[in-house]
Amino acid sequence: MMERLIPGASSFSGDIDWLILLVTVIVGFWFLLAQGVFFWLIFRFRERPSVPALYLSAQDKVIKRWLSAHYLILVCDVFIIAAAVKVWVDVKQKRPPADERVRVVGQQWTWTFVHPGADRQLDTPDDIVTADDLHVEVGKTYHFLLESRDVVHSFSVPVFRLKQDAIPGRQIVGWFKPTRTGDYDIQCAEICGIGHGVMNARIHIASAADHQAWVRQNTPAAAAAGGGS
Amino acid sequence: MSFRTIATTRSAMGMPTGRLAIWWVLVSEVVIFGGVLVSYIMHRLAHPEWADQAAHTNLWIGAFNTFVLLTSSLSAVLAHQAAEQGNGPKAARFLFATIGGGAVFLIVKAFEWTSEITHGYTIQSGGFWSYYYTAAGIHATHVLAGMLIMIWVAMSALKNQDLHRVENIGIYWHFVDIVWIFLFPLLYIAK
Amino acid sequence: MATTHPAHAVESHGHGHEKQSFFKKYLWSTDHKIIGFQYMFTGMAMALIGAFFAYVFRMQMAYPGEAVPGFGVVSPQEYNALVTNHGTIMVFWVAMPVLLAGFGNFLIPLMCGCDDMVFPRINRLSYQIFFLSTVVILASLFVQGGGFGGAWTAYPPLSSVSEYNLTKIGATMWVIAVALEFVAFLLGGINFITTAMNSRAPGMKAFDLPVVVWMIVIASIMFMASVGPLIAGAVMLLFDQTLGTGFYNPTRGGDPILWQHLFWFFGHPEVYVVLLPALGIVAEVMSVFSRKKLFGYRLIIYTVIATAVLSFFVWAHHQFIAGIDPRMANVFTVTTVIISVPIAETCFLYMATLYGGSIRFTTPMLWALAFLAEFLIGGVTGIYLGSSGADIYLHDTYFVVAHFHYTFVPIAILAVFAGIAYWFPKMFGKMMNETLGKIHFWGTVIPFNLIFIPLFFLGAAGDHRRIFDYTHFPDLATPELQAMRIFATLSLVVMLLFQFVFLYNFVHSLIRGRKAERNPWKANTLEWTTESPAPHGNWKEMPTVYRGPYEYSVPGRPQDYWPQNEPS
Repeated sequence: MMERLIPGASSFSGDIDWLILLVTVIVGFWFLLAQGVFFWLIFRFRERPSVPALYLSAQDKVIKRWLSAHYLILVCDVFIIAAAVKVWVDVKQKRPPADERVRVVGQQWTWTFVHPGADRQLDTPDDIVTADDLHVEVGKTYHFLLESRDVVHSFSVPVFRLKQDAIPGRQIVGWFKPTRTGDYDIQCAEICGIGHGVMNARIHIASAADHQAWVRQNTPAAAAAGGGS
Repeated sequence: MSFRTIATTRSAMGMPTGRLAIWWVLVSEVVIFGGVLVSYIMHRLAHPEWADQAAHTNLWIGAFNTFVLLTSSLSAVLAHQAAEQGNGPKAARFLFATIGGGAVFLIVKAFEWTSEITHGYTIQSGGFWSYYYTAAGIHATHVLAGMLIMIWVAMSALKNQDLHRVENIGIYWHFVDIVWIFLFPLLYIAK
Repeated sequence: MATTHPAHAVESHGHGHEKQSFFKKYLWSTDHKIIGFQYMFTGMAMALIGAFFAYVFRMQMAYPGEAVPGFGVVSPQEYNALVTNHGTIMVFWVAMPVLLAGFGNFLIPLMCGCDDMVFPRINRLSYQIFFLSTVVILASLFVQGGGFGGAWTAYPPLSSVSEYNLTKIGATMWVIAVALEFVAFLLGGINFITTAMNSRAPGMKAFDLPVVVWMIVIASIMFMASVGPLIAGAVMLLFDQTLGTGFYNPTRGGDPILWQHLFWFFGHPEVYVVLLPALGIVAEVMSVFSRKKLFGYRLIIYTVIATAVLSFFVWAHHQFIAGIDPRMANVFTVTTVIISVPIAETCFLYMATLYGGSIRFTTPMLWALAFLAEFLIGGVTGIYLGSSGADIYLHDTYFVVAHFHYTFVPIAILAVFAGIAYWFPKMFGKMMNETLGKIHFWGTVIPFNLIFIPLFFLGAAGDHRRIFDYTHFPDLATPELQAMRIFATLSLVVMLLFQFVFLYNFVHSLIRGRKAERNPWKANTLEWTTESPAPHGNWKEMPTVYRGPYEYSVPGRPQDYWPQNEPS
């Protein structure tokens, strides 16, 4: 359902889409039922001459039986909660071991990405630093180290269904595993000043070969102290 | 002279309206001070190094001010007693004693803060001091507001008018006292 | 101090009435009805301003970079200020004053059968402080740097450091305005609670009060219990802004997330604070216009209290991905999704009132019924956001915007129009025009849905909030998505145009409307037993109450209503 609106490109985007679908089905059922009953009621009990209204108290058995529907709602809630917690735990609490790490730094009004370079280690001279362009390899598990230099930003990659606020003074770690190649939007998802709307970035998910080629082409001279691409 | 609506004179709950109202005021005040204090406590626990700063508050001044406020609460109780007996002028005298206690509290605090500021401990000096001045400052504002309202109540009491208000402002004053009873250990004793 | 139990024969309104000047009667009044009108008219005026802001920023989103008629080209800074103040004004200067203080002030003494509030002068003071807060927030838009642009949620460090927000004075004035508004409503709440608790008419037990009074009282209690930490937080924000303290600034040892907790601990109960009066109005209107006893009066109160209490335990669902401990998120998913149970119960109870009724589709009833149908959408879409796993994606998108407009618009617009249409005769002594009322109704409700249903899809497709121009995002700058944004904007323009029908109806009815009788709707509650408009002092002789407020269509009685003050 969600894929019709926006492609899914991570190992957990399908899980989140599935959760959204589950909520839609359950909530949709209750919604249609409630609206159906509602419109039936106002049609059936519209004013008609010489048909007086009933005088009912809350003890009325018929209505009491209808109202016990809230037990069923509770059951549905339990399903939704279980599903939501499962997805949440998988995405935000568990962290599969990383193939590589990237540093993501938000600031007014740009995203800086530090790629580990050919040695696959961060904070070494061959790191590749870019502004607003994140390059990753499909099928690899990444940990992102998220920081902010000033205000609260939020690192959002819609095709991953991923979002995480960046808090100044902290480093927050998350993960993702791209599952298809392509170029997609990165957005800032927390208002961060007048440039919030131009904090757009792009993620480039490439095949292993293409990604290695990009790394080779953009590695700074090993002897010099790091540089941008 | 105050005019009174019929609404004010009724008491379907069996409690005079003024007293009922002051208790609801206290509910909202509890949460205001609760918000500051819970934030402070959580941050204090997360920052053990704040104890170095907390060492510079003056325990004796804090203790003296605690004594002053407790005594002023006593005179507020005596004022209430006098009001119950219908003796407005006597209640007013005890209220003025309470107001005096509040004034002593604020004057001592003024000297205390002046001393701390001139020694370099300002509100910007760090997390502990930010909370110290903010929490005690909000409290002091409430002390001052209480004093002003108490003056107004005392002036009416002198003329034997609106004696029921003596109890109500007394309840408020006790609350201000109780907040200080929490502030004192949190800001002065916890070192 | 002995409690005074009045023998009602000797109750007298406590002051004499010489002829009052315009100033004293309308601007310096202590009469709860006048104060109610002051709040209501101020709120309605602010609604026009908030609506204008929405018009401007939606036009910018539909036609990026083009001059908006009536405003000009919208800069990014202006865009942020418009969005921020639209939200701030609508919540604090429209929903709160109209629903809580407007209807609360007007209705409570009348429905309780007394002459005014318990503390009329504190009541007047509360409006004056509120008026001051209105001046401050409006003035903040015109100072150097312009209005604050950090969203109504005002997260620091953006809101606390002027180098980040570039609106130093505006940001400070915003905080002061909001703080003043809080103080005004704390004062007002004291009156609502004590009057409803203590000043009921002889014979009126607590469960003889109309539901709307209960709702306003519970809402006031919730407000008082929840706003305290935010007042503390606002003082701390003010100090960060002006004194250089570091409560929320990590470079000075502070924590930005502290503000978020303090804000949302208030912010979540706050949405129920505005919901409850709306629910109350809808209950009154539904009962009268289905000629049927409100079903499950006590159950409604209990479920609402359950919702109110639970609402204090859900706040961090606004912060799932904010950097809180992920384990905490699970707790808040549980509480948030569970809150659907008591709310659903309340909705079902309302529908049960319709069962067996004799429904008249008057203008107030249309609004009340629309409230139920639309609020249901708001409620069910909240489940998506309360499910933490889904919120990872949906947080800060237009899905959220659509969800809360499907709750807020029923609350602050549909229920308010229901209340105005219903109580207009008692407030002003005239009848509103029914035809114009119905035109206004359909011209509001249909476009409303056309604005916000597209926003659900846009949000799910990846539109994030507070972005002034999607042309920078290749995945979002597609013709299909832009067509939806334009469609939503044009629907808003249509909806706003239909509000002129209301304004015309309101003013024209005030001046030239058909004179209203005492009880044009044949309702039971006490306000309908006095003249229309209700006079100063409300009654010459205060009423006594003999039964509950919802005895409609009682079998064996000649009339299908039975006013509370009739002995038998």
